[in-house]
Amino acid sequence: MAVLALLVLLSDLVIRRKETIGLFTMICVAIVTYSLAGSFGVTFKGMFIADGYSLFFKLIFLLNVVLTVLISVRYIEIEKVNLGEYYALLLFATLGMMVMASAGDLIVLYVGLELMALSTYILAGFMRHDLKSNEAAMKYFLLGAFASAFLLYGASMVYGLTGTTNLKGISSYIVQHGLTGNPALTLAMMLLAVAFLFKIAAVPFHMWAPDAYEGAPTSITAFMSVGPKAAGFAVLGRVFLTAFGSLRVEWSVVLIPIAILTMAVGNIVAISQTNIKRMLAYSSIAHVGYILLGIIAGTHDGLASVMNYLVIYAFMNIGAFAVIIMLRTEGFKGDNISDYEGLSKTHPLAAAMMLVFMFSLTGIPPTAGFMGKFYLFMSAINAGYTWVVIIAVLFSAISAYFYLRVVMFMYMREPKETVELAKSPALGLALGVTVTAVIFIGVLPSAFINFARVAIAGF
Amino acid sequence: MLNSTGFPILSTLIFLPVAGAALLLVMQRSRETLIKWIALAVSLLDFFISIPLFTGFDKTTHLMQFVERHAWIPAWNVNYALGLDGISILFVLLSTIVIVLSVLISWNSIKTKTKEFYIAVLLMEGAMIGVFCALDFFLFYIFWEAMLIPMYLLIGVWGGPNRVYAAVKFFLYTLVGSVLMLVGIIVLYFYSGKTFDIVKLSTMSYPYHMQFWLFWAFFAAFAVKVPMFPVHTWLPDAHTEAPTAGSVILAAVLIKMGAYGFLRFSLPILPDASRAMTPVMMTLSVIAIIYGGVICLAQTDMKRLIAYSSVSHMGFVTLGIFALNIQGMEGGILQMINHGVVTGALFLSVGVIYERTHTRQIADYGGVASVMPVFASIFIVFTLASIGFPSTNGFVGEFLIILGGFTANHWAGVFAATGVIIGAGYMLWLYQRVFFMETNEKVSGLADINGRELLTLVPMIILVFWIGVHPDTFLGFMHESVHHLLERVNTGGLAGAKVARNVVEIMK
Repeated sequence: MAVLALLVLLSDLVIRRKETIGLFTMICVAIVTYSLAGSFGVTFKGMFIADGYSLFFKLIFLLNVVLTVLISVRYIEIEKVNLGEYYALLLFATLGMMVMASAGDLIVLYVGLELMALSTYILAGFMRHDLKSNEAAMKYFLLGAFASAFLLYGASMVYGLTGTTNLKGISSYIVQHGLTGNPALTLAMMLLAVAFLFKIAAVPFHMWAPDAYEGAPTSITAFMSVGPKAAGFAVLGRVFLTAFGSLRVEWSVVLIPIAILTMAVGNIVAISQTNIKRMLAYSSIAHVGYILLGIIAGTHDGLASVMNYLVIYAFMNIGAFAVIIMLRTEGFKGDNISDYEGLSKTHPLAAAMMLVFMFSLTGIPPTAGFMGKFYLFMSAINAGYTWVVIIAVLFSAISAYFYLRVVMFMYMREPKETVELAKSPALGLALGVTVTAVIFIGVLPSAFINFARVAIAGF
Repeated sequence: MLNSTGFPILSTLIFLPVAGAALLLVMQRSRETLIKWIALAVSLLDFFISIPLFTGFDKTTHLMQFVERHAWIPAWNVNYALGLDGISILFVLLSTIVIVLSVLISWNSIKTKTKEFYIAVLLMEGAMIGVFCALDFFLFYIFWEAMLIPMYLLIGVWGGPNRVYAAVKFFLYTLVGSVLMLVGIIVLYFYSGKTFDIVKLSTMSYPYHMQFWLFWAFFAAFAVKVPMFPVHTWLPDAHTEAPTAGSVILAAVLIKMGAYGFLRFSLPILPDASRAMTPVMMTLSVIAIIYGGVICLAQTDMKRLIAYSSVSHMGFVTLGIFALNIQGMEGGILQMINHGVVTGALFLSVGVIYERTHTRQIADYGGVASVMPVFASIFIVFTLASIGFPSTNGFVGEFLIILGGFTANHWAGVFAATGVIIGAGYMLWLYQRVFFMETNEKVSGLADINGRELLTLVPMIILVFWIGVHPDTFLGFMHESVHHLLERVNTGGLAGAKVARNVVEIMK
């Protein structure tokens, strides 16, 4: 199985610890991707499901890890944390995510989640000499541990009520025994929701995100803002639509205010940020709010739109972080928004790419961000949540303000000091891929939408 | 599917400038002269390609012409569908002309980031033509929004001292309006059985309460763009701070899109709500006419004055459209073209003089007529056209609108006519303060208008008199389409129209 291949290769990695490990990681990923195509089916009595849905998410995770490795190569050299474990941990985290996406059982889900979480805790604190990085790891770890406890608590209550941890089993038990209105079940469901919402950094469980994003190495911030989030959505979709599908009314009542709050806090707080990593942290909170709309819709189209958006988000967000990483050179932090002043004059190409990513994050056509948002809004309206969408589009208009501020600094201010760029072929490749993807999906989104719909068909 | 010309003419019009922009993107930025010539060549070529539209248009039908249709996103039933009818064709021509002139007028005035400037202008052209050609609501929205990016940069990068504020204000105002329309579009899509086809959408009937909400959702987008009275405040800032080319594009084409949106979407798709909202829309239009005019009297900045005059003139346009009769609507459409020509020309003229003095304050001028006699005589043509002097284009448009407005509602006609008087007041006063009176020392010794500048203004003068003396060349395009549209609006859709026709036949 795909997972085994990854494990074997990982053990090699840890021993070798060389510069070429980055490349080696990519080869691992390629092998896994290749083997993914052939691995369909259900194993361990339904505990592990490899279907279209999980395949799609796995591809997102792999894309995420590849792009992260590409943008890391030069960066971790500059940050002087060029260690082999870095790549190994990235792969472990990805492995955890893949297990999560395939989990058909709460226990497997927990195992995957912990594997992912523990690896990312370490990665967040990877810059050992940097206080902020340590703080990020600490906060992320403490709050993450809480979330895990919530998950276990919820899972045990579900087990107590239904006598199984299998998601399909839970669902059929609820229906057969008419547990739909049971307060204990609702409570258990809420506990699980808290754990997942923590992972995706939805308000009010978002407190860790800005600090963790700011402190963590930028490449890891990029990684964290896409991977664990996508994994969180994968389990959220799977657990809530499979196990608690019959309780949709109950959980949508909870998720709607959370989605609105998430969009509100993310977008409004982002306006006042001066650190670009922090700003993108709040922006990623806001994007979680939009994506939740797809889950709330609770339809196949809704899930497909969530998946579609996550792919697009991976491209545009990692792209934006790649530009940020480029500005980080020895002796220059480059993570304040004011560092971007006049970038269009000194480095027009980098500025132009940042421009594309910023407009895409705002959701202005013809970029991918628009197509993603459009699909989400469309599925939510189709499910009858027009008023929520109206709130969402207004917040998305507000978000234009802070994304445009970056553009404004780059294009409408004069450069104060000459900013050097840390270029590398790998980084260039990552930027090329992301910027092409953002524009390509923006113009011809058909292939991606169809893929998401096909992936969801057997769900 | 291709059109009668056997050649995807509309796609070419849209994507030629985009390709031109891509070409400029890969060029070395130091070769400025070459960049300018390429931009000019691309815009000229686009203009020449658009001429067959003008000559090959069939004026006897309201159906869409030069149609192109390809599946684009089959999963959502989105098509790449383009076409023109009598309402949209003139705007395409206006866009292609205006871009050529914008490139010419910026020849020497844009000194920084020349390459990016022309890229933005060309991208702008593609998106603008796309807006007028789109027959698919989704496609329309893409172009509508995509336009914001180059315009935002045009204002924000090459604009005046307060440019950043103006650019952000412009962007946010339009974006908030547009996203509300987006929700409306999606609601409409599901209600109509999943189609974005504009022609199909405008033949269906929808319950009134839905029409009502959709009308206001569309209003949010279109009224901001026009701009109508309560949401017009972005316009003076954007116009004033934008570089000359930006102001010209804004005035001549961009703000027409709002009124075009009313004609293309609000009226035919939501006929019942449009009829019911007529009093509101007419009131807002009249307020815009009077209020815009009165504010002009108090302006000390030339560009700002012309910007506010746009508010007043666009009030005429919306008044004409919502008079819902043939004179009003044709007058409204013609007035949009007129306003594009005249206000575009006024901004070009201000650009000419600003390039020499670098001030827009009226108080810094005076006696320009004695220093620049040729320029002064050209400017008076546009001044008179803006006022609506007989034999200029402004007269025809305003006359038709007031006639239409009067037929629909006496008071609207009376107030609109008052607006014309105020218009004469502020424009002539502006002319007097700038060109006559004592020669201000700041303008003494200015060189008169040069060949390139003359070249940009002459086409506008020709258009002023052409429309003024023989408006039928232009009105002829729209007769059929306007008839068809009014039939749809006034009878509440196809079902209603059939009933009405039956009744008429029985009575015969």
